[in-house]
Amino acid sequence: MGIVIRNVYKRFGDFIAVDDVSFEIRTGELVALLGPSGSGKSTILRIIAGLETPDRGDILLKGEDVTSFSTQKRKLGFVFQHYALFKHMSVEKNIAFGLEIRKRKKKEIEEKVSELINLVKLQGYAKHYPSQLSGGQRQRVALARTLATEPKILLLDEPFGALDAKGRNNLAQWLKELHTKLNITSIFVTHDQNEAIEIADKIVVINRGRVEQIGNAKDVYEHPKSKFVASFIGNVNIVETVIRNSNIFIRGTDFQIIDKNIDTSEDRDLVLLVRPEDVYVESSDAHQGFPCRIQNIHYRGSFFELDIDLQNTYIKAVKDKNIFLKEVWEKNQPAFIHFTQYKIFDASEGHGKIRKKLRQLGYIE
Amino acid sequence: MVKFLMKSNKSDLVLRSLSLFYLGLLIILPIAAIMSEALKGGLINLWNNITLPQALFSLKLTFIVAIIIVFINMITGTATAWVLVRYKFPFKNIMDALIDLPFAIPTVVTGIMLVTLYGPKSLIGAFLGKYGIEIIFDKPGIVLALLFVTFPFVVRSVQPVLLEMEPDMEEAAMTLGASPLTIFFRIVLPSLTPSILTGAALSFSRALGEFGSIVIVAGNIPLITQVASVYIYGEIESYNIQGALGLSVVLLIISFLILLFLNFLQSWSKKHETWR
Repeated sequence: MGIVIRNVYKRFGDFIAVDDVSFEIRTGELVALLGPSGSGKSTILRIIAGLETPDRGDILLKGEDVTSFSTQKRKLGFVFQHYALFKHMSVEKNIAFGLEIRKRKKKEIEEKVSELINLVKLQGYAKHYPSQLSGGQRQRVALARTLATEPKILLLDEPFGALDAKGRNNLAQWLKELHTKLNITSIFVTHDQNEAIEIADKIVVINRGRVEQIGNAKDVYEHPKSKFVASFIGNVNIVETVIRNSNIFIRGTDFQIIDKNIDTSEDRDLVLLVRPEDVYVESSDAHQGFPCRIQNIHYRGSFFELDIDLQNTYIKAVKDKNIFLKEVWEKNQPAFIHFTQYKIFDASEGHGKIRKKLRQLGYIE
Repeated sequence: MVKFLMKSNKSDLVLRSLSLFYLGLLIILPIAAIMSEALKGGLINLWNNITLPQALFSLKLTFIVAIIIVFINMITGTATAWVLVRYKFPFKNIMDALIDLPFAIPTVVTGIMLVTLYGPKSLIGAFLGKYGIEIIFDKPGIVLALLFVTFPFVVRSVQPVLLEMEPDMEEAAMTLGASPLTIFFRIVLPSLTPSILTGAALSFSRALGEFGSIVIVAGNIPLITQVASVYIYGEIESYNIQGALGLSVVLLIISFLILLFLNFLQSWSKKHETWR
């Protein structure tokens, strides 16, 4: 095992940042710790690095219990969200730092530094100071500085958080390539689900200091184990449903939902989660869809977004541009929908609380 | 220029002229007066006044003592600021407030305090006297007085920089394997250098001009404890205005150079600040 986190618990005053977290990462994996801000994901990373001491629990690196080790002794690489470059040192001095304190020979250091400058594509910037570089360039210097000491484990705290969309994309792809090339074990913290889905082998979804789900991108996206995961990863419609006469209906409508996994013997409230791309909208009822009304149409570049009015329950749907443009669609026209894939959760585990949290996160209004 | 004047309205103009006039009256005029008076007898005369053995000695003593206390202040001031910012301990607020006391106490009182503590008749003074060590009415007394009077400068210029310093550079150095000592000397100290130098320059210029505490502690013994400011006072007392003017001009020019240095330091450290 590359990295093992076992029953780690950490609180700051009254705030429980990490609540009994355990997971394992195999050597060579690129793992994303994904969660909203304040979920404890950065604290977990800092605990692994020894920058924070857990109140309880153990950290094992390559089979060795390092819980009591200092950061220096753990010999891992850490890339900080705001780069943390040594601002009084030039690019080459920053990169050389880890080697200089290891008392390497001058020639060896020079060679390694120029090799790394090439690797991060910063040729010609060796003598520049951090304040003279752009955000993306600084992040690459930070990476080169970390890689100079050849760590076997690389930890990255929101590595692309401070970059613009394009820079983020380039650097994320580049990081994935680098990870494969250097054969290291990496964990990166992010709140951006797209980033996690795009480059991680494995995603650990963190919420309120707890692990919600661990799996690859497809697992987590297609088979969310909790309402939180379903709504945090990707967009999702949250629809109130009820059980009436042993059948499931969308609240206030006759739209019946079939789910054999739900025990329908007892009348109660449920929550249905359906992703916009899983809402199938058509203008005829060829597939026995449920009648509805198109309330609004939004142009979104490669696709169109439709606001569907289902007897006063509002649902978002998306339709690929090329499919959408085959027909003529108008505001307020009648249509028919059905769901190709959805997930139903019991609302009894505190529906109100979940809604409140989702509202805070901006997933629902 | 005309356009410039037309743009600003009348009250602006009045305010600006008044403040410039005030500045001229209060600061420029006295400087001009002393310079013209000093140069009245010609440059050679001025030079002769400065190079009199007694004058030269007082200048030398002033500088040596100032350099000594600046070095001590850089170390103790930085250490004090470090302790105040990085550690938690009881009565920290009281200690923080005590730092400014040397500024608040009249310097003559400082001198008297030191004489009471270290004077030949005091317990400590008598004890040290047995071993032939004299503090009061000798050079160590001058150093002590200056250390007391200039103590807050380095502390107060380093403290805010340390407070604002994000821990991430130090953490980055830790993850790269640097020991605490390496982190202090290679990461923290370079970031503090401009503020330490600012505090040092302020202590230095204060040390050049200090009079009240030194005149009490060191007395006025020519060629032994007479510093520049005390020498100037002595020359005025004996109606030798030209002799007083010579050293005054030297002190004035040095103060001006220190001011220039501080300005340069400020613009330099601003240029090297990181964008976040």
